[in-house]
Amino acid sequence: MSGEPLQRRELTVAAVERLGAYHLLRIADSAGPEPLAGQFAMLAAAEGWGGGQDERPFLPRALSIARRQDGQTLFLLEDVGPGTARLCALQPGERVLSLGPLGNGFTPPHDGRRALLAGGGVGIAPLAILQDQLPGTATALLGFRGSSHAPGAALLRDAVIATDDGSQGHRGTVTELLAAELESGPDAVVYACGPAGMLESVRALCEQAGVPAQLALEAPMACGFGACHGCVVPIRGGGYSRVCVDGPVIDACRLERVDEHAGAPA
Amino acid sequence: MSVEFCGLSLAHPVINGSGTFDAIAAISALGEGLADSFPFSAYVSKTITLEPRAGNPPPRLWETPAGMINSIGLPNKGLAAYLSEDMPRLSSLRRRTPEGAAVAVPLITNVMGSELADIAALVSACDEPPQISAIELNVSCPNVKTGLDIGADPEQLRAVVSAVRPLTRKPLIVKLTPNTADVAMCARAAEDAGADAVSLINTLRATALAPSGERPRGSWLGGGTGGLSGPAIRAVALAQVASVAASVSIPVVGMGGVERSEHARDLIDAGASIVAVGTASFLDPMAGASIASGLLP
Repeated sequence: MSGEPLQRRELTVAAVERLGAYHLLRIADSAGPEPLAGQFAMLAAAEGWGGGQDERPFLPRALSIARRQDGQTLFLLEDVGPGTARLCALQPGERVLSLGPLGNGFTPPHDGRRALLAGGGVGIAPLAILQDQLPGTATALLGFRGSSHAPGAALLRDAVIATDDGSQGHRGTVTELLAAELESGPDAVVYACGPAGMLESVRALCEQAGVPAQLALEAPMACGFGACHGCVVPIRGGGYSRVCVDGPVIDACRLERVDEHAGAPA
Repeated sequence: MSVEFCGLSLAHPVINGSGTFDAIAAISALGEGLADSFPFSAYVSKTITLEPRAGNPPPRLWETPAGMINSIGLPNKGLAAYLSEDMPRLSSLRRRTPEGAAVAVPLITNVMGSELADIAALVSACDEPPQISAIELNVSCPNVKTGLDIGADPEQLRAVVSAVRPLTRKPLIVKLTPNTADVAMCARAAEDAGADAVSLINTLRATALAPSGERPRGSWLGGGTGGLSGPAIRAVALAQVASVAASVSIPVVGMGGVERSEHARDLIDAGASIVAVGTASFLDPMAGASIASGLLP
């Protein structure tokens, strides 16, 4: 006999904080399994899940675990659709249904290489727990649309920021920051998470520079544990891989390109 | 609460719908414990085809009011690899009795082909291994010659089931398609042709369009169309199950939008012998077990 399988659990919202346009959801979870950086959970509100915009949401939402701290599991959210709208509206004391941690996490750097963290938008979440778990303070390069989203950078330590509108930090993309870093020191492993377009730029840049990269992919999912085969991405050499069980962290060299449909759940 | 279904003794009346619970992936993601406290009383494999299939290009999912559309495209590794790689694992699933004893979960293998020769080869191949307890025929597949779903036309369905019936002594379950004019007539055709049971409803054909800004505005789904499932189809399932159960004397596996024991009870009261859970397992992998325990007298 081999112990209890991981099951969906009902947990309580401890606090919800604002980081600019983002919500930082703190869920009391002192008994939960310790997540690896890069893992995710399937999250739904226990009450009022459904009956929102377009009579949705129905499916739970796959969300990267942003941090484990003081018996709490943290998630970074942006209200971009009926599911995230409901999760952003959660109040302390409300109950959530959580299945996780799920998926494959990041692999720490090897051969004395340094870790370079590159995040875009709400995709910075798994890089925070990665920075927590790596020794020292790994360099974090974070890209945002503008000043309403840039406060999300507070989730990481000593982050270098780029904004599309130049309102904070470097005017331009996080990939430009990454290119400059790789020029000064290519002995690195890149860890990236963000929108599909950004991840594709990071993938192409790292391929050109010969730098290994681990990409945390996102995809709409129904289940999160391999049951539905809904969250696939095309992989190099043909065929598809499931983001939930073959990822969400995947070696960039396994992808011909990052699928345009990969993206955060609404 | 144990039930007799096609000669199989099931510990409770809740199984999974084909293609809704990849047990090997689920065990890997949720832990080995799932393999010996399996939520379903029998396990129905995903659809197996003669040759491997990669499945449809993404996007494969669309959330709807109270449900979802899937356009997965039946990815599977093909018959040979299924038999050599997956079948041994899938036939070793166990569930625990309330007394703590481990009992085997029978394996039902679901197969599909687009022409008779393929279906016959699949059924014959599944007849041999003792690890397979029953065969479910997915007839929601277009005939390569006519383009029509084999299961949508009673006469075509009768011909296919009649032809493969003699190829196996194992229970043969026909998974009916709801996308037809008269599902009861299809069920009767399957019964006449020798099916031991029918299962329904499969997903309802559905689609979603790309965001309204895009031109041309094609389907959002990589596969063009998909199947609607979840609570959104529960009332349709109840009507079709009731209609079929009133029309045939073989057992009926009822499914469609079952999320709670009451929904399973409705299907049983409408004439289903056992029920299957599909989409609800995506939300909660142990949904089948909760639904079964709620059916306790």
